[in-house]
Amino acid sequence: MEKLVVVGNGMAGTACVEQILKYAEKFDITIFGDETHVNYNRILLSAVLAGEKSSDEIVLNSLEWYQQNEIHLRLGVRITDVDTIARTVTGDDGSVTPYDKLLLATGSSPLIPPIDGVKKQGVYVFRNLDDTRALLDRARTGARAVVIGGGLLGLEAARGLQVQGCEVTVVHLMDTLMERQIDFVGGGYLKAKMECLGVQVLLSRNTTAITGDAHAEGVRFKDGTELPADFVVIAAGIRPNVELARKAGLKVNRGIVVNDFLETSHPDIYAVGECVEHKGICYGLVAPLLEQGKILAASLTGNRAQGYEGTVPAAKLKVMGVEVFSAGDFSDGTPGNDVVRFEDAALGTYKKLIVRDNRLAGVILIGETSDSHRYMDWLRSKTDLREKRRNLLFPDPIADAGLDVAELPHGKTVCGCHGVTKGTIVQAIRDRSLTTLAQLKECTRASTGCGSCTELCLHLLKAVAPQFQEEEKKALCKCIPLSEDQLREVVRSQRLRSVQQVLDIYGNGTGCAVCKPALSYMMDMVWCGRHDEDRSARFINDRVHANIQNDGTFSVVPRIRGGVTSPEELRRIADVAEKYKVRMVKITGSQRIDLLGVQKSDLPAIWADLGMPSGQAYTKGVRMVKTCVGTDFCRFGVQDAIATGVELERRFENLYTPHKLKMGVVGCPRNCAEATVKDIGLVGQEGSWQVVVGGAAGKKVRKGDLLITVESAEEALQAAALFFQYYRENANYLERTYDFVERLGIERVRRETIYAPLAVQQGLRQRLRKSKANSQDAWLEGDLPRHPAQFVQIQPLENVQ
Amino acid sequence: MTGIEKRWVRVTSCENIPLREGKAVEIVGRRIAIFNLGDSFLAVDNRCLHRGGPLSDGVVSGATVVCPLHAWAFNLTNGEVVNHPESQACLVTFPVRVEQGIIWVEIPSEEPGSVSEPVSCERDRPVRWVLRKPPASANVRPSLP
Repeated sequence: MEKLVVVGNGMAGTACVEQILKYAEKFDITIFGDETHVNYNRILLSAVLAGEKSSDEIVLNSLEWYQQNEIHLRLGVRITDVDTIARTVTGDDGSVTPYDKLLLATGSSPLIPPIDGVKKQGVYVFRNLDDTRALLDRARTGARAVVIGGGLLGLEAARGLQVQGCEVTVVHLMDTLMERQIDFVGGGYLKAKMECLGVQVLLSRNTTAITGDAHAEGVRFKDGTELPADFVVIAAGIRPNVELARKAGLKVNRGIVVNDFLETSHPDIYAVGECVEHKGICYGLVAPLLEQGKILAASLTGNRAQGYEGTVPAAKLKVMGVEVFSAGDFSDGTPGNDVVRFEDAALGTYKKLIVRDNRLAGVILIGETSDSHRYMDWLRSKTDLREKRRNLLFPDPIADAGLDVAELPHGKTVCGCHGVTKGTIVQAIRDRSLTTLAQLKECTRASTGCGSCTELCLHLLKAVAPQFQEEEKKALCKCIPLSEDQLREVVRSQRLRSVQQVLDIYGNGTGCAVCKPALSYMMDMVWCGRHDEDRSARFINDRVHANIQNDGTFSVVPRIRGGVTSPEELRRIADVAEKYKVRMVKITGSQRIDLLGVQKSDLPAIWADLGMPSGQAYTKGVRMVKTCVGTDFCRFGVQDAIATGVELERRFENLYTPHKLKMGVVGCPRNCAEATVKDIGLVGQEGSWQVVVGGAAGKKVRKGDLLITVESAEEALQAAALFFQYYRENANYLERTYDFVERLGIERVRRETIYAPLAVQQGLRQRLRKSKANSQDAWLEGDLPRHPAQFVQIQPLENVQ
Repeated sequence: MTGIEKRWVRVTSCENIPLREGKAVEIVGRRIAIFNLGDSFLAVDNRCLHRGGPLSDGVVSGATVVCPLHAWAFNLTNGEVVNHPESQACLVTFPVRVEQGIIWVEIPSEEPGSVSEPVSCERDRPVRWVLRKPPASANVRPSLP
């Protein structure tokens, strides 16, 4: 077997090896990597820095993958010499390894501009996982960070650090951001968006020195001004790693010079990735690297077909909330170039297409990038646009939805991050009867990287899967264009603690009566009650802790846990009803007592006189637990329904939920308290308890699904707690458990709660405990109002006759 | 609307109306809702044109309030109904000014007519006459939790 040695364990080299393995086990492969990590998705380092992904989550090839494919992996070894006569490589560990074919995939290094003092402590680069970890160690709340470089990498680094709590300033040499990818006008939009997120941007600043003695204390500019900083990140670009190739005597310009088949100037030595220069161009983006790897793999294994023709450069900024996409050549000064442009400053949307000879030459999208795939297709396939001329910026409304997909060749890569082709996806959908995006992701890993191909994957599913199920990707409302899943993610990762912050940064700044209560819930849930509560974003019921009635009065329902009360309590309720001339006293369907027709200004006094906690009958929260008498009195009871029910109510009471949550506990399968049609029901039986979830007896009638059967009441309470918190964290606002369980399927609910890994279960429990610890009986606000005028009826300062 | 005398009335201190919330106040038999929009205060009749719901208890977003009962939305600056185009009516709005932290509202000095009164929309709508609903009667059935 021929020996193939790969220098570089990054995305380009490993992707090429993956392709080689697809053809045949032709080689005995050794991969050297100077980092100590297995191959990971370098594009997602910014997501790691922003706390959106862990370093484990961006691994592309696990150790097992190398083992399974019998690849000798040598990590932490830097190749220092190539002997092209003896056909060996020498590592910095002294090892000498023979090769028959040598693949150089040495990648690139950060470009360090000529700045004095870059060796000082507190000066960082942002290129690999170790750099990212060092930055994460250094970043802390309030630390002042200066990022030198306003390109893709610099902006992603800046946003990541800002999310980590740093006060970040981006310093850029040019007069506009990302000048290599977007034009001046677009740069203005981008700058505004970054500043809106809280990242300062300084343009036209030539940094000449890092100030400070041993440790960085700031930066100095050419004009003599200085900017203080606790640490500095240099993200001014990359340069190909060519030293090894140069030493080996290969032809090198800016990068290692290769021909269309990725062959260097020396036979049997090949190169792919960022270290390569093809037709005068060095690529620093992922798609070209994968394409090169594929062509080289075919060629090496004797399947040589078409050579490499260069790649249309395309870039996407991965900053949540700042959508930027650019591809091709966007210079509009060239004669013969037509510019098609749309901009709306209020929306922050800017789109520009450059059309030359009726073909798309370049595109810039800011604020709205969902069409990026369409434009990429036009660019790659050099589509004649004469027919589409009227609908260049906005898709043809009557276009055949399947056409885009049908036009795409089978071998075309859909997911650049994982190199998944259309053919692979279509086959997976057919062979494994996939119907959802989640299944497709699990199966093929497509769209699990940067996510830019998600739309296309959905189109493929729609076109190929007979029973395609569109996942709930609906935006919360028109005020804020993100789905609730995405919102929860940005709230967490961007540490947003108030509704107004979310609306200001990701929405239209004002919100509405639909999204504000939803966001209020999300804040409370994500931060376990440690958020900045904004009562103006809540429905009136949650401002005054009572249920508004059709005449503007309120109803008051005290908590009567498990429906068990006492003569004293009943007497107090009766007294209150008389004292405040309550219009109606009604037993509710939930074993409680409702006092109806109460004035807002009477609420605090009524609560005080009742001396009972709030029953939360007015809110999307934990309502009550309905119980039967169980073993206490019933001659058929086999379990203690009352004690278990009261305890269940105690554990969850005072917490908000996506929609109202009603529970039931019964002491025998006769089910007298209808536990099987409650959101959570515990059904006692001889020697065990069934925990059922997702039951309904409202607008819809649904028998709950069995979550688990357990022996003791405590175990049943624990299982209920897992489901309860899981529902709180994952349901959409106003989604009842019965819709939620039906949407996810009980198998998935089980898998992610009671059968989840211990750490996941502990996480759910811990967050529930934290939320509970930060919650309180809402009626305590009667004595300690949030706002002095919360319950007060305002009287005019002057009496007008 | 000549002939109807108006006067400015000192109503309450600005602090009594939380940011982006409304408060109800009764002046000369009129129920008025005053809203704190952050950079300004606005006042409208406190009864929703639909079923008389208390607009002061609604969620405010920008210069819009949404009635807590059935989500009719009103533009607070001109009283127009935002989400029910079939409705021709308009809420009465009242001029507001703030002096030394005190909110003043300008209202007609006479009690409102019990049956109808002229309602004007700014913008280009003509003056319309709106039939006022009687106050919610006591035998209305309350809704369940």
